[in-house]
Parts: sequence; C-alpha cells; structure tokens
Amino acid sequence: MRLTLNKIFLAFSVISALIGLGFLAWILVTLFIKGFSSLHLSLFLNDLVDGGLRNLIVGQLVLALLAALIGIPLGMVAGIYIREYGRGKYPELIRDLSDIMVSAPSIVIGAFVYSFAVAPFGGANGFAGVIALSIMMIPIIINTTDSMLSLVPKELREAGMALGASKYRVILDVVIKAAKVGIMTGILLAFARIAGETAPLLFTSETSNYFSLDLTDSFPSLTVSIYNLANEPEKSSRDLAWAASFILTVMVLVINLFGRYLTRNKK
Amino acid sequence: MPVMNIKKFSFTYAGAEIPSLHNISLPIQKNKITALIGPSGCGKSTLLRSMNRIHDLYPGNKYDGKIELLDLETEKFKNILEIKKENEFIELRQKVGMIFQKPTPFPMSIFDNVAYGLKIAGIKNKTELADRVEASLKGSALWKEVHDRLGKSAMGLSGGQQQRLCIARAVAVKPEVLLFDEPTSALDPISTGAIEELIVELKKDVSIAIVTHNMQQASRISDFTAFMYLGDLIEYDKTENIFLNPKEKKTEDYITGRFG
Repeated sequence: MRLTLNKIFLAFSVISALIGLGFLAWILVTLFIKGFSSLHLSLFLNDLVDGGLRNLIVGQLVLALLAALIGIPLGMVAGIYIREYGRGKYPELIRDLSDIMVSAPSIVIGAFVYSFAVAPFGGANGFAGVIALSIMMIPIIINTTDSMLSLVPKELREAGMALGASKYRVILDVVIKAAKVGIMTGILLAFARIAGETAPLLFTSETSNYFSLDLTDSFPSLTVSIYNLANEPEKSSRDLAWAASFILTVMVLVINLFGRYLTRNKK
Repeated sequence: MPVMNIKKFSFTYAGAEIPSLHNISLPIQKNKITALIGPSGCGKSTLLRSMNRIHDLYPGNKYDGKIELLDLETEKFKNILEIKKENEFIELRQKVGMIFQKPTPFPMSIFDNVAYGLKIAGIKNKTELADRVEASLKGSALWKEVHDRLGKSAMGLSGGQQQRLCIARAVAVKPEVLLFDEPTSALDPISTGAIEELIVELKKDVSIAIVTHNMQQASRISDFTAFMYLGDLIEYDKTENIFLNPKEKKTEDYITGRFG
C-alpha cells in the first residue's frame, strides 16, 4: 500500500514537472524557430528606422545599467542598515515594505513614475525610465543583501570586533566579503530581471526608432519596441519582434547563467 | 601578580530580570592560565565575554561591579566597565584578544587574516607587517604548514589550522590577555592537542583565561581554576587544589562527575 502510494505520488510529481517544463520548452522552441530564422547580422548594425535593432539593444542596456547604478548602492546600503544597524521596529517595517515592493505590479510603478517624472515635463524621457527600473530593482537588492548578510555567522562579526576593528570596518572588510558571492548573484539576477521589463518603460521612456543617448527625450527600448512591433500588421515588423524577443531572451539568460556560474564556482 | 581583577561583578542580559552572574570576584594572574569550568549555563562564557566587553555588540546589557585591567605602561589598574567611547573599546580589544569556539577565519588570504588586526592598529609598513605575520604564524605553530601559501584563502585550511590561524591573528596585535571560549570543542583530539600545547606555550607572553567544558583540559593546561555554578563563583584556587582537594562540596561533585 505504501509502495503504491509512493508510486502514485512520484507519478504526479513527474507529470507536474513535465507540464511546467513542457511550457517552458514550448516557449523557448517557438522563440528559437521564429526568432532565429529572422535573425540577421544586419539587425545588430542598423537602427530600427532602417529595420535593425542596434539602437534598441544599446538603449535597453543603457537604461538597465543606469538603473543598476542607482539601485545597487541604495539597495545594498539599505540592506546593510536593516541587517547590521537597525534596532527596534524600523528594520522589520522596511523589510515588510520591501517585500511588498518586490511584488508590486510593474505597470503600477510605471504609472507612478509617469505622474511625477513624465507628466510635469511634457513628455517621455529616459530619466523616467531609469527611475522606474531602479524602483523595481531596489527592493530586490534590499532583500538579497539582507538575507545574504543574515547567513554570515555572528561569530565572524564578533571576531572582527574582538581584534579591535570598529563596526563599519568589520561590515566592510569581513561581513560583506563573506556574503560577496551571494550578493553578487542577487545583483545579477535583479539586473536580468529589470533588463527584460516592459511595463515600467511603457509610459516613462517609451521607445525611439533612432539611436539616442539623450535621456531627456524618449529613449530606445528593446522591450517596448517588441510590444509595438508585435502590434503592427506587416509580417516584417512581427518577424523583427520575434528576433528582438530572441535576442532579449538570450541576453537575460546569459546574465542569469553567469550569476549561477559565480555561485557554483565560489562556494 | 594579577593582570585583571574582577571585583563584585554582576551581569544582566538585555531584557532579563535576573542577573546571569552574581557578585563574582576573581583575579586573572599574569602569565598564567586561568580556567573557568562549570556545567552549561553556569555563566562562564558570559563572564569571559565581559572581559573584553564583546557583549556590547548587543545593546542593553547591564554591568555592575568592576573589571580592572592592568595598564602595562603605567602599571595602574583601569576599570574597563567605565569604557564608553568607540576608540577606548578598540584599545581594550587590542589589549584583550579573544578566540572563539568555532574557528572564525575571515574570507581573505591567510596573510591578510593575520595582518588584519595589525592594519586596524595602524601598521602600514609592508616589511613590518610581513615580519609580524611571520612571527605570529611561527608562534602559533602554523608557519611550516602555510608559509608557501600565505596568499591562498584561509577558508581552505582544516578546522585545527583555522583555529591556530585565529590564535595567530589574535597574538599578532600583542595583547596582554587572551580569552579562549571553548577553543577546542569543535576540533578532533589531535588538533585539540596541538592547540593545548600552543596555549601553554603562549603564556610566556600573555595572560590567559580559558572557558572549557573539558575538565581534563582544565587540569592539563591551567594554573588556576574557577568553578562556577548557576551564575555564582563557587570556588577559585590553584588548579591542583581544585582537582585534588576541593574545599566546596559542589566543586567536588562536579569534578567527580556526579552532576554536570
């Protein structure tokens, strides 16, 4: 009886896993077939006005990198505060708020940023997109930093203090080093996450058909352009959207795999 | 001659109503090993952790009485419970080092581990750093094993080696007193033997207080022994007297394994 139950349970688990993996494989295969066939070297050399994706890929990376430049330090310092310095009810409060922020719908963040960084200035701009993405990134970084620091044994902090180091020195020299790999992985995963976002950019930086590094105007974005291209009637536009989706997926996947590689190597 | 004098010392943890240590008076003799023994929860670690005020990492604890530390330069005693400023804490912990139960190597190279306290103390000269690191590693009987891989991560060492590295790291800053908090309880018998030998060797240069669960260890290495029970100091004497001729019934019961 117990053996039968075990077999049934095992069968259910395997079937469930296969369903999940099946859809994933379906997505990847479709992307590969449709995207790969539209892929062409010229896509990387021309901008969208000339039927290429160069400006979009660069634009997307610029937005994500600038957002990371704001999000990583703010998130890390906040994470360090709630784990190492915070006393009383504030750390718990920030932790809860940050948990809520992680699951906040990204379109809401987009709309929120629109209200203060787009509407008053009369039009879409790259800064607004950067702000929206960094708002998405901060809580993820806070949570990773917080949980990775919590894994550092308190004896290590005590040992640092016992050698006469001050608290901030121990945190900078010892605690963060001990949690470095975990925090790095978290940062890369957070970066991969925001690099593939559409909704926060939809109302904020929109997208542009031209190559641009000017953050005061609408800014080229791969994801928003995929959304626009997919809605157009011509087959060529939709093929371009497939190719763009494929490239985006590969980009995100590579960042993800790199994050995992780091964890595995330095364990 | 004592290097530390604990006088009528009581300690209450943050949030606790009842003190964990009551009215403890005890000297730590210069260049001797003082063992603190007693059953779990007797307060021996709490007492040890008061002696460099590592408790103060967690706020709200209450100290009463005095813990005096001899200043080797002025030959005067100073009450460490009066310390409030960060730089005084730093000075105190450079004078009173600590070794923990679990080895605590920092996630950096072997060299940097030993050099850490020295750099904190403001030593920047590369040759001086290298000399002090080498001397400390030699003093901790680790030099032969690690001299050809000083740049490698300390995390790759065995548990016993890591613990000796922690001792080297503490010795490097030339403390007056070293506090050992059950330094061998996470180690195998061979590593334990090496650490015990090392501790005995070290008393030439520093005064030592060691908390141990292992009564044989206390009798093997210590010169003085304090037996504690439920937050009270029951008996303090020369180690041979405690183990061969205890005055208190409680001590005798514990030594002979009747409770514990």
